[in-house]
Amino acid sequence: MHSIPGRRLVMALFLIFLLLPIYWLVNMSFKTNAEIVSTMTLWPHAPTLQHYKRIFTDESWYSGYINSLEYVVLNTIISISVALPAAYAFSRYRFLGDKHLFFWLLSNRMAPAAVYALPFFNLYSAIGLFDTPWAVALAHCIFNVPLAVWILEGFVSGVPREIDETAFLDGYSFPRFFIKILVPLIASGIGVAAFFCFMFSWVELLLARTLTSVQAKPIAAIMTRTVSAAGMDWGLLAAAGVLTIIPGALVIWFVRNYIASGFALGRV
Amino acid sequence: MDKTVNQKAWFLVLPVFLVVAFSAVLPLMTVVNYSMQDTFGNNQFFWNGVGWFKELLDPSTDLGGRFLASLGRNLFFSLVILAIEVPLGIVVALSMPRQGWTVAACLVILALPLLIPWNVVGTIWQIFGRPDIGLLGYVLNHIGLDYNYVSNDIDAWVTVIVMDVWHWTSLVALLCYAGLKSIPEAYYQAAQIDGASRWAVFKAIQLPKMNRVLLIAVLLRFMDSFMIYTEPFVVTGGGPGNSTTFVSIELVKIALGQFDLGKAAALSLVYNLIILIVCWIFYTVMTNAGTERKHQEGAA
Repeated sequence: MHSIPGRRLVMALFLIFLLLPIYWLVNMSFKTNAEIVSTMTLWPHAPTLQHYKRIFTDESWYSGYINSLEYVVLNTIISISVALPAAYAFSRYRFLGDKHLFFWLLSNRMAPAAVYALPFFNLYSAIGLFDTPWAVALAHCIFNVPLAVWILEGFVSGVPREIDETAFLDGYSFPRFFIKILVPLIASGIGVAAFFCFMFSWVELLLARTLTSVQAKPIAAIMTRTVSAAGMDWGLLAAAGVLTIIPGALVIWFVRNYIASGFALGRV
Repeated sequence: MDKTVNQKAWFLVLPVFLVVAFSAVLPLMTVVNYSMQDTFGNNQFFWNGVGWFKELLDPSTDLGGRFLASLGRNLFFSLVILAIEVPLGIVVALSMPRQGWTVAACLVILALPLLIPWNVVGTIWQIFGRPDIGLLGYVLNHIGLDYNYVSNDIDAWVTVIVMDVWHWTSLVALLCYAGLKSIPEAYYQAAQIDGASRWAVFKAIQLPKMNRVLLIAVLLRFMDSFMIYTEPFVVTGGGPGNSTTFVSIELVKIALGQFDLGKAAALSLVYNLIILIVCWIFYTVMTNAGTERKHQEGAA
């Protein structure tokens, strides 16, 4: 691959631009509130773990992380399992209304969450799922399922059709062919799709906050509690923020070799 | 290769159809229902016909004025961030190291902002930009710029735009990088033999290969910036005044703040319609580009 002159400098500057605000957040999470408010220091002069300790020992804090992970994982499982057969269908067959259906799905990926916040609230209250991880997991399906179908369709199309035909000639039934042959072949595609589902479910807040009140409240919503009568608890806010970055960073680390092909959505 | 016609494929699509219909069609029906009614609390609803829609599209009313102003702001915002993020994303993608461990390191750092919850992105920039405790605000004020995103409209706008560039340029860059990776080395060798300049290589080889991913990038960025809510809400709360109140912020204010269900529903429908139209345009362009490419490849 050929690159442009001065590319090292460009890249370095851009990475610094990306990392500087994150560094500031991390830096702040290790400072005491007195240090944050009184002086401008580039690194914590009196490093403290008090904010992290508070989060890990207070159940109302750490349960937020568990709630968030719960609905993210649920959503990823639902999205991938319903999207797989559909991706196969879109990739291999033509059927009545297929193009319209595909467009309709995609248009849902683009639908603004703000439009759905209130109707979802009504819907999930009515069926008794309000304030459970299921409500958020199902609500996030509206943008994750179309995305998963889109990505997986690209990967399924990359599998030669002769493989299907050979398997059927060998006497594989459709479900057996699907699980034994197709799924292993597009394993990296499933990983990529799962990564995107995880990502968009993890970062979304508006729906997650609207659909929960106490039991299933996500960590991102709990963070707003740091505003109190005594002013902002900046250190605690920063520590909670740092902890929300970590799961994402871990996931990226695991898929780092697939990121490039993943962002091509399997279809460049 | 042509696909076979098989109506039974609907059975495979059915789960997706049911899941999405459950979370898209049902709520949308409620929205349509509300948009024709007025409520004075106590769950009493009155028929209002197309009244809300008329008001919404008339800039002289309160609702219409607010809607059209936020729509204008939002379109301006989307255009500005596209104008910055797309060229910058291409430049960053072209600047990626060629091989070695630095590739993985760059990819991981690039992807990092994408996996930060949106309100935490807001929090990061809120902290970073504050004149009293934030590095950016502190430095800017000490080199003589009077920067304060809480009270100054322009500063608030700059902060929100820089934040979005920080947050999403990586997506464009990673998409472009994926496109660039698919170019065979032979193309470059051929260009070298022909004595092509750097710019010619970019224009004749790299840009056409990035066409498709760039289209996806523009589509995703336009749509996501058009429905942006959390990040600016955390940083500026839509202020100062109403200067950074985008359509989604306005909508949530009306729906969940004032519980004006009729107005909110009418706004939602118009908002959704705009998105649907833009999405359809992109989809048509994209599928056309796809078939054209197939024809060219078929001819070659």
